[in-house]
Amino acid sequence: MLWGRSRWFGAVLCAVFAVVSCGGSGGGGAPVVNLYNAPQQNLAGIVERCNREAGGAYRIALNTLPRGADDQREQLVRRLAAGDPGLDVLGLDVTWTAELAEAGWIREWTGENAARAKAGTLRQPLETAVWQGKLYAAPYNTNVQLLWYRADLVPEPPATWDGLMKESARLAREGKPHYGEVTGAQYEGIVVWFNSLVASAGGSILSPDGEKVALGPPAERALEVMRAYARSKAADPSLSNAKEDDARLAVEAGRAAYQVNWPFVYASMAANRPDLVGDFRWAAYPGVSGPGRAPLGGANFAVSRYSPHPAAAFAAALCLRDPESQRIAATKDGLPPTIEAVYRARGMAEAYPMRDAILEAVRTAVPRPKTPTYQNVSTVTAVTLSPPAAIDPPRTLVTLRELIGDALRSKGVLP
Amino acid sequence: MELGEGQRAERRLGLWLCAPAALVMLLVAAWPVVYSVMLSFQRYDLRFPGDKAWIGLDNYATVLTSQFWWNALGVTALITVVSVAVELVLGMGIAMVMYRTLLGRGLVRTVVLIPYGIVTVAAAYGWKYAWTPGTGWLAALLPEGAAPLTQHWPAIGVIILAEVWKTTPFMALLLMAGLALVPEDVLRAAAMDGAGPWQRFRLVTLPLMRPAIVAALLFRTLDAFRIFDNIYVLTNGAQDTSSVSMIAYHNLIGGLNLGIGSTMSVLILLTVAVVAFVFVRGLGASAPGGGRLCGGVGRC
Repeated sequence: MLWGRSRWFGAVLCAVFAVVSCGGSGGGGAPVVNLYNAPQQNLAGIVERCNREAGGAYRIALNTLPRGADDQREQLVRRLAAGDPGLDVLGLDVTWTAELAEAGWIREWTGENAARAKAGTLRQPLETAVWQGKLYAAPYNTNVQLLWYRADLVPEPPATWDGLMKESARLAREGKPHYGEVTGAQYEGIVVWFNSLVASAGGSILSPDGEKVALGPPAERALEVMRAYARSKAADPSLSNAKEDDARLAVEAGRAAYQVNWPFVYASMAANRPDLVGDFRWAAYPGVSGPGRAPLGGANFAVSRYSPHPAAAFAAALCLRDPESQRIAATKDGLPPTIEAVYRARGMAEAYPMRDAILEAVRTAVPRPKTPTYQNVSTVTAVTLSPPAAIDPPRTLVTLRELIGDALRSKGVLP
Repeated sequence: MELGEGQRAERRLGLWLCAPAALVMLLVAAWPVVYSVMLSFQRYDLRFPGDKAWIGLDNYATVLTSQFWWNALGVTALITVVSVAVELVLGMGIAMVMYRTLLGRGLVRTVVLIPYGIVTVAAAYGWKYAWTPGTGWLAALLPEGAAPLTQHWPAIGVIILAEVWKTTPFMALLLMAGLALVPEDVLRAAAMDGAGPWQRFRLVTLPLMRPAIVAALLFRTLDAFRIFDNIYVLTNGAQDTSSVSMIAYHNLIGGLNLGIGSTMSVLILLTVAVVAFVFVRGLGASAPGGGRLCGGVGRC
């Protein structure tokens, strides 16, 4: 009886191993390229198209990562740190390139593949895929924040943050909606705001090589603007909790007159408030004294170091971000293209009435600081700047310099 | 007394039968602990594999001089003390009700245990949505514009509430087992001597239940100190609500800093060990199976 049972158990065990051992190879001989990407509604269509075009050279399997950027990064790095061969093409946020490249988890793009990834690609998004002079990813989509305003309340959009505060003061005097929404919550959004202000004031958070803290007088100027804004008539009482979606909702609800945000707010306004969309306009991102430099976002495709078939993975990544794929992503999912020619493709005028403004902003947009420890730099910066109304420029600057300095050497503790 | 041949053989067999379990315990528990301690003496950041080095106690100095760490320790201690205290009082009340109930005893006990049976993460999402303005029924009871999870003290309050709601049944179950230790005739004798209900509870029931109470407090304190899932779901540590386990997770998994993260894990282990030591030595809790703990493990 006992013997019989253990033999049965053994048979089950063998069966399990058999299933596991042939699970990896996939059917039909074509290598399976596992794509891991953030949720994107019509990405499956793009994958399908590439699989047809591949003609059996490879078959892309779409795997969807969690919705939150931190959760996506966590899942990817945990599996990469373990040398997982189940990942081939990785959809990366523009801020992760340095980290994954420095750790040796993604492959450098060279030769023909690199040439194809660079051809016709806008310079700023391409820069986000480069670490220490080497290309580590192919730009997929880009993004920039613009100033979105209600023309019935703000007839002439100001070009600076001071101008916005004056407009809000005027609207408040007239008893009209006067809030201006910014992403002031303690998360990546407040870092994005600060980074753009520092760049608009002519400085940067880190030195160009990402090794040292820069900050200095432009950063102090940026801190002064944030503090003044958070204490002005423009500040929504929930400023210190506002993320992108809260900003969008405040304008749609009619509580705020304007916002700085990504272009997704336009389609949302058209869908939710057709009565307001007629007066809903866009303008360049506000500056400190001169023109502003908009925050740059977006995503790139990289190939894992542990991919068992890198050649197929590079080919798949190139197809997933070719002009036609980018056109589909732009018109169906609202992701601005990184290939300049796609802005003039069919369907773009209807989906992107603001495409010239986006293209214009992308050319001067400011990327996030480049460093393998960006996660740490961002976290300590967000903690130090929150809440913006409590910023004390000279003192906050000293704290920032110290904490970012520690974070760069991965020395300090993350909150 | 000399052991007979048969007894010695039996003892040897016993050891052999234990060996596989002991070996597995060594593999799954001892080795990770030793490995963590080793990592805590190293500079080891997965993003800088080239900079790996032995650095002695540097990581401990970094963690112990960080205001983030002390803040997390303070938050953890506060949550532990408040939630365990509230759970003890509530749990005692529920235990009395469950113990004295004559009608539908099984039903009462089952109903009380429901919160404990729900997966913590699922329950935490329930609380999160309930407190989120716009979607939550609890948030709707608050004044317009209040978002408790986005402010420090209200968020701590919500975390403690979720914790208490979730684990009071466990406390009640342990205490109810303790109530079974109190002989009915002692209580009756006390009543004969003129002791009122409050006196009987304070002077007879509580002292006799002491081992069970101390064991319940020990279990819950150690549990509460390692709080993770409720905070992870409710705030993910925003607004300075990180517990020590949260901050260790953020450094280890989010920050990929194995050195600092392991240092925090070791410090948590040491703190838990100290708390357990104080309970066992100071308050006279005995380890499960030690004989004095009747309620918890059901042997008297």
